[in-house]
Amino acid sequence: MTFLILTTIALFVIAIVRLMNVYDLSAEIRGGRTDDRATEGESRNMAWLWALFVVWLLGFLAWQFFEYKDDLLPRAASAHGPAIDNLFNTTMVIITLVFALTHIVLAYQIVKNYFRNGRKATYFAHSNKLELIWTVVPAAVLTGLIVYGLTVWDDVIYPKAEDPIVVELYSKQFDWTARYAGKDKVLGKSDYRKIDAGNDLGLLNVPEANDDIIVKGEMHLVKDKPVLFKFRSRDVIHSAYLPHFRVQMNTVPGMETAFEFTPTITTEEMRKETGNEKFNYVILCNKICGTSHYNMQMDVIVETQEEYDKWMREQQTWRQKKATASAESIIQ
Amino acid sequence: MEYTHQPEAGQVQGHAHASSHEFDDEHHHAETFWSKYVFSQDHKMISKQFLVTAVIMGVLGMLMSVIFRLQLAWPGQSFPILETILGKWGKDGILDPNFYLALVTIHGTIMVFFVLTGGLSGTFSNLLIPFQIGARDMASGFLNMLSYWFFFASCLVMFLSLFIEAGPASGGWTVYPPLSALPQAMSGSGLGMTMWLISMALFIASSLLGSLNYIVTILNLRTKGMSMTRMPLTIWAFLVTAILGVLSFPVLFAAALLLIFDRSFGTSFYLSDIYIGGMALERNGGSPILYEHLFWFLGHPEVYIVLLPALGLTSEVIATNARKPIFGYRAMVASLMAIAFLSIIVWGHHMFISGMNPFLGSVFVFTTLLVAIPSAVKVFNYITTLWKGNIHFTPAMMYAIGMVSFFISGGVTGIILGDSALDINVHDTYFVVGHFHLVMGSAAIFGMFAGVYHWFPRMYGRMMNKKLGYAHFWLTFISAYGVFFPMHFLGLAGVPRRYYTNTEFPLFDNLVDINVLVTSFAILAAVAQAIFLFNFFYSIFKGQKSPQNPWHSNTLEWTAPVEHIHGNWPGAIPEVHRWAYDYSKPGYEEDYVLQTVPLRPDEKDEGH
Repeated sequence: MTFLILTTIALFVIAIVRLMNVYDLSAEIRGGRTDDRATEGESRNMAWLWALFVVWLLGFLAWQFFEYKDDLLPRAASAHGPAIDNLFNTTMVIITLVFALTHIVLAYQIVKNYFRNGRKATYFAHSNKLELIWTVVPAAVLTGLIVYGLTVWDDVIYPKAEDPIVVELYSKQFDWTARYAGKDKVLGKSDYRKIDAGNDLGLLNVPEANDDIIVKGEMHLVKDKPVLFKFRSRDVIHSAYLPHFRVQMNTVPGMETAFEFTPTITTEEMRKETGNEKFNYVILCNKICGTSHYNMQMDVIVETQEEYDKWMREQQTWRQKKATASAESIIQ
Repeated sequence: MEYTHQPEAGQVQGHAHASSHEFDDEHHHAETFWSKYVFSQDHKMISKQFLVTAVIMGVLGMLMSVIFRLQLAWPGQSFPILETILGKWGKDGILDPNFYLALVTIHGTIMVFFVLTGGLSGTFSNLLIPFQIGARDMASGFLNMLSYWFFFASCLVMFLSLFIEAGPASGGWTVYPPLSALPQAMSGSGLGMTMWLISMALFIASSLLGSLNYIVTILNLRTKGMSMTRMPLTIWAFLVTAILGVLSFPVLFAAALLLIFDRSFGTSFYLSDIYIGGMALERNGGSPILYEHLFWFLGHPEVYIVLLPALGLTSEVIATNARKPIFGYRAMVASLMAIAFLSIIVWGHHMFISGMNPFLGSVFVFTTLLVAIPSAVKVFNYITTLWKGNIHFTPAMMYAIGMVSFFISGGVTGIILGDSALDINVHDTYFVVGHFHLVMGSAAIFGMFAGVYHWFPRMYGRMMNKKLGYAHFWLTFISAYGVFFPMHFLGLAGVPRRYYTNTEFPLFDNLVDINVLVTSFAILAAVAQAIFLFNFFYSIFKGQKSPQNPWHSNTLEWTAPVEHIHGNWPGAIPEVHRWAYDYSKPGYEEDYVLQTVPLRPDEKDEGH
């Protein structure tokens, strides 16, 4: 099979070489060499192909916008989400216009000015006025975008809630662990040297840590209640990416990073809205972290305060977990 | 090899003619095969060496992309050919997840460094700097030769790393520690990563030797009359690029050196609080963020080290084939410098969500979005150059305009990524992949193709086939958009980059079609490159013989004989009397005026 493919390719190449020879020879017979530069006919053909191409390009873009509109920026499910989406849409409209207009002008210039025999180009080397225009106009537009963008950034990135749910999101190859601060609302301290089989997070044996609640696989949040994520990493850099909430932050070994946001739509509501029974908010890893980077996930359930409190009561504290584990080891 | 560089010393403006008589044949000794084709110190030969090496590396990088695109479009599907090519990494015809990461890593490294930095700058700076400024050769032929051989060694080490037991480096082309620092973290972080770092160190040495040589040559060896403002924009672009390289590559070297220390000598510049492989790491107190800062301090200027030469080549090709002076020469030079300056102070936009202080993020938003201003100036100046032109659509011109198109479409999405608030949601998604493949990948490679088609006669004394050139252009152009446009939409839907498969997340189930579309275009693009390869190698040996000035161009390289000779010009070095862009100048019969033609008494020179 491989031999067959290779032979076919070789024969194909030889055939083209022969064809090229014939082409060059016949060109010589027809009266000297072919024109090195593009001829008038070639330039006209290429110019019109350019125009056609720009039509295709704009059509292709429009088709994609239409085809994928349901998947683009899934509905924002956080308080700050709409602000980011508005900024995005504003920017997108501006850049799509710039893209389309420059390409239309480009195609127009190409079709208007392709090479014709006996025509001479206009000698036009510079114009301070024109250059001033296309320095100042982009500068003005960008100033607007910078101011707008930075306003949103300042609103989004600095934690400011009075009494948020504090959750530590802990990453390692290749899963996530969430730790809630417990009754005292304080996350107990940890030390990576204390990590062992029964103590995944390296928690110290202190009261602040003992009432913490540790969960894997899925975590729960409350609708309209701010949550302050504190991120830690055990081994390499990961990135906690929650696309529906417009949240992303790297998790870095040796330092704590943070992101605060407020979920605004419960999982249940989102399931109804999307008509997808199995819909779940997810945390993805979005910084290359090793072999199973593509499958490092955790579900996020957003629910009402009552549902959340009920779920919380069912969870064991860190102290209870330790007790269960040691009881089990004694039995064994 | 044998001719002395003495005459060059006197070649500084004003002495060119006096010294040229030293340049006759009795100074030449017989060239051996080795001194002519292998350890050559002639800029023309070195340029060809760079180009052919880059073409080979480019084919390698492209084939890698086809392999991982197959996996992305049809995850889990068996392609028996993969086992034939990859052996244990393609067992049963299914790509191994570790090797998938290795492929994306080496694909990125090859394309960014070996093809678009070494290949682009190495080929065209070497070819055009001496030719276009009217010099016999580079300031130091020996350093120039070393620059190529360091580059070759670097390519070789990277290539060999593909064949080692545990696989090549696989932490992404940015090789962030701790992933790249600890062999326990992934299989590619062992010997493969060491070889990556060695290869990179060799590459940096090559780049610095080359850049210093380019700068010295441009500043000192211009022929009589070639003032800075009469230089073609290609030379300005190469000069600014070389300066940028000299400023930023040493920082990458520092980053790599510290990483080597962390990997091999027990330091912890980048390591802190790590528990891995069932053990707590003794070493402590470093920060991976430090690496990110050092890496991107090169990494961002690198984007422009790739792009500026492409812009320079494009400027020259567009002016020549539009038969018009490049519009706003001074603005073009100023915007080159502005882009280069800004590129040094925007590295933090790769780190908005790295955990860096958000205020610092704001500063980088500001500097980053400013880059759009000089970029816009360049685009509008290109378009105005076409206005009322008489455009010859040679294949080179097609590529040059294609480059402008990519520069626009890839550039505008940069406004989204450079805005920190928007970056939160698209950071490290396919939106980024689409963006930089258009603005840096496709734009730069199109600039390079424009250069190859345009200066091929100058390099090999023969013409490339025009018809094949057109076919190559259209297939490549359409498929590049077909590959990279849809990627933006994948990114907006939240698909992260460097995922072996998207099937683990039901969220992405609707997007399978897009990946099939992208892969189909990628395969089409790969097939199209076969046309180029054929045209390139066929024309080297069998192409039509080239006339001296096939494009009716103004610049000095076309005043030298087609035949390559030592010292470029027999007899005296040409003297320059005008800038490079007197196309269709009123008062002249022809629509071009060579730079060597003296000004008429009443004539004004745009360059001075």
